[in-house]
Amino acid sequence: MILASRSDLPLDKDEHSRFLPWLIAFMVFLSILAVAGMLVLNATASRWDAGVRGTLTVQVVPSADAADDEARLNEVLTVLATSPEIAKYDAMDEARLIRLLEPWVGAAAGSADLPLPRLIDVELKPATDLTAAGLRKRLDLRVKGVTIDDHRVWLDRLVRMIETFEALALVVLLFIVLATIGTVVFTTRTGLAIHRDAIEVLHLIGAQDNYIARQFAGRALGLGVKGGILGLCLAAPTLWGLAHLAQSLDERLLPDIGFGPVHWALLLALPISVALIAMSTAKITVLRNLARML
Amino acid sequence: MITEFDEPIVRFENVGLRYGLGPEVLQDVSFSLDPGAFHFLIGESGAGKSSLLKLIYLALRPTRGLISLFGKDIATTPREQLPALRRRVGVVFQEFKLLNHLSAFDNVALPLRVAGVKRKDVNRHVAELLAWVGLKDHMKARPPTLSGGQQQRVAIARAVISRPRLLLADEPTGNVDDTMGYRLIHLFEELNKLGTTVIIATHNQQLVERLGYTQLRLDDGQFSVIPGRKQKAPPSEGRAQTAVETGKSTNSAADSRIDTEDTFRNPPNVENFL
Repeated sequence: MILASRSDLPLDKDEHSRFLPWLIAFMVFLSILAVAGMLVLNATASRWDAGVRGTLTVQVVPSADAADDEARLNEVLTVLATSPEIAKYDAMDEARLIRLLEPWVGAAAGSADLPLPRLIDVELKPATDLTAAGLRKRLDLRVKGVTIDDHRVWLDRLVRMIETFEALALVVLLFIVLATIGTVVFTTRTGLAIHRDAIEVLHLIGAQDNYIARQFAGRALGLGVKGGILGLCLAAPTLWGLAHLAQSLDERLLPDIGFGPVHWALLLALPISVALIAMSTAKITVLRNLARML
Repeated sequence: MITEFDEPIVRFENVGLRYGLGPEVLQDVSFSLDPGAFHFLIGESGAGKSSLLKLIYLALRPTRGLISLFGKDIATTPREQLPALRRRVGVVFQEFKLLNHLSAFDNVALPLRVAGVKRKDVNRHVAELLAWVGLKDHMKARPPTLSGGQQQRVAIARAVISRPRLLLADEPTGNVDDTMGYRLIHLFEELNKLGTTVIIATHNQQLVERLGYTQLRLDDGQFSVIPGRKQKAPPSEGRAQTAVETGKSTNSAADSRIDTEDTFRNPPNVENFL
């Protein structure tokens, strides 16, 4: 039996433990935010990774001779068409290229003075072993002045940054757990001191340490659940507000924080976990302290 | 074959006790009590009576010497086995040690609950015992609302509810008038007749002389035994005689186990003693 159905100790009258639900509520609130942040970052990294995995951009570097550029482009397309590892490819026309450049260089994007490379989006078949270097070698045999970008350089940097943020969120979560444990230990020890006489009576009439520990654990679980629900009530509108903010702003500025059922289940598990941590901590603290008594 | 009923209930061998670095409050205490004994533990205030009782009910460890309870050396008994020993000892504390936030009913029910007795049985036994000690109408009352005598009866009921083989009472007459004191002693005698070994610590010499049981005497930590004029006749159930420093009786008490359940079903009229 995890919990005693009733308590022989007046733990519910303890003034010192009244603040515990609020403290746990703040811990749960912070932990939900930390985990939500981790989930968002993780989803963003996955989305970016999935977006560029298996895609390459072939660039035909412009030369002074437009006819030569066109000939090289056709040669590249021929190589791509005869490569069985390639699922599809799409040569970007000049108009689209100019549209992409316009936000950055303005009207100059369409100027004849600005040499524009010819870009080809390439999508590899799944599970192929063709790499950017392999395709590059293959193209070099037929065409000069071609570069290949597999987007890995900037993506790796972004993923590293996200992983750093995730690690920080984990550290925050760890501190929250440690702070919760510390608070419960302190509260439990105070309770043990306050009820020392009653505990002595229970011992003398034959109560096992577990019998006494269960009463503290049950009380800690109750306070933990109360704090968990409070924390959840604080975190839910905060997350909703952030999600609403993300939707109302330019989606390129804020990542999408729309959660799936698994994410929500994970967030809901947090207050339950904190309550269980509080319960286990109280029980262990009582057992360790009682072990020092006769 | 030696059974637990052949073992002394309590055995002290050269037991000494000191608190911290202070002087020894008990020195070389040696005695053994066989099942069915009834003794007074006497001595002036501060002589060490409460300390001796605390050693017996395992609230203290001796500084030296050997104590065995129900045949088990407490020094070598693992800590997790001590609750089982304590459940066989009923204690009426000098200051009662009732839990003030619990009702009289819940206080008396505690020993059964910690022993894991079913709720239905707890309710039945506790209600019967409280009625037996004349507190039928005060079951829901909390100790602070009860008189000294009523609290004392709650404490006694708690001490006997789990059918202890050993009952210790520390100054049980200290807080009540003489009439009530004698009534309580008679209650203990009745319990003793039902098979419980009883030790009563008191400094009421008049009471001790009048009843005439063997006295365990403490003077500044020195222990001695004063045989009483009233020797308990060997109970018809075969209970062992008291053996204090004179060796154990040969009587077996193995067949003298009390059917306390039956006692509770058909309680003696203890109200007469209260």
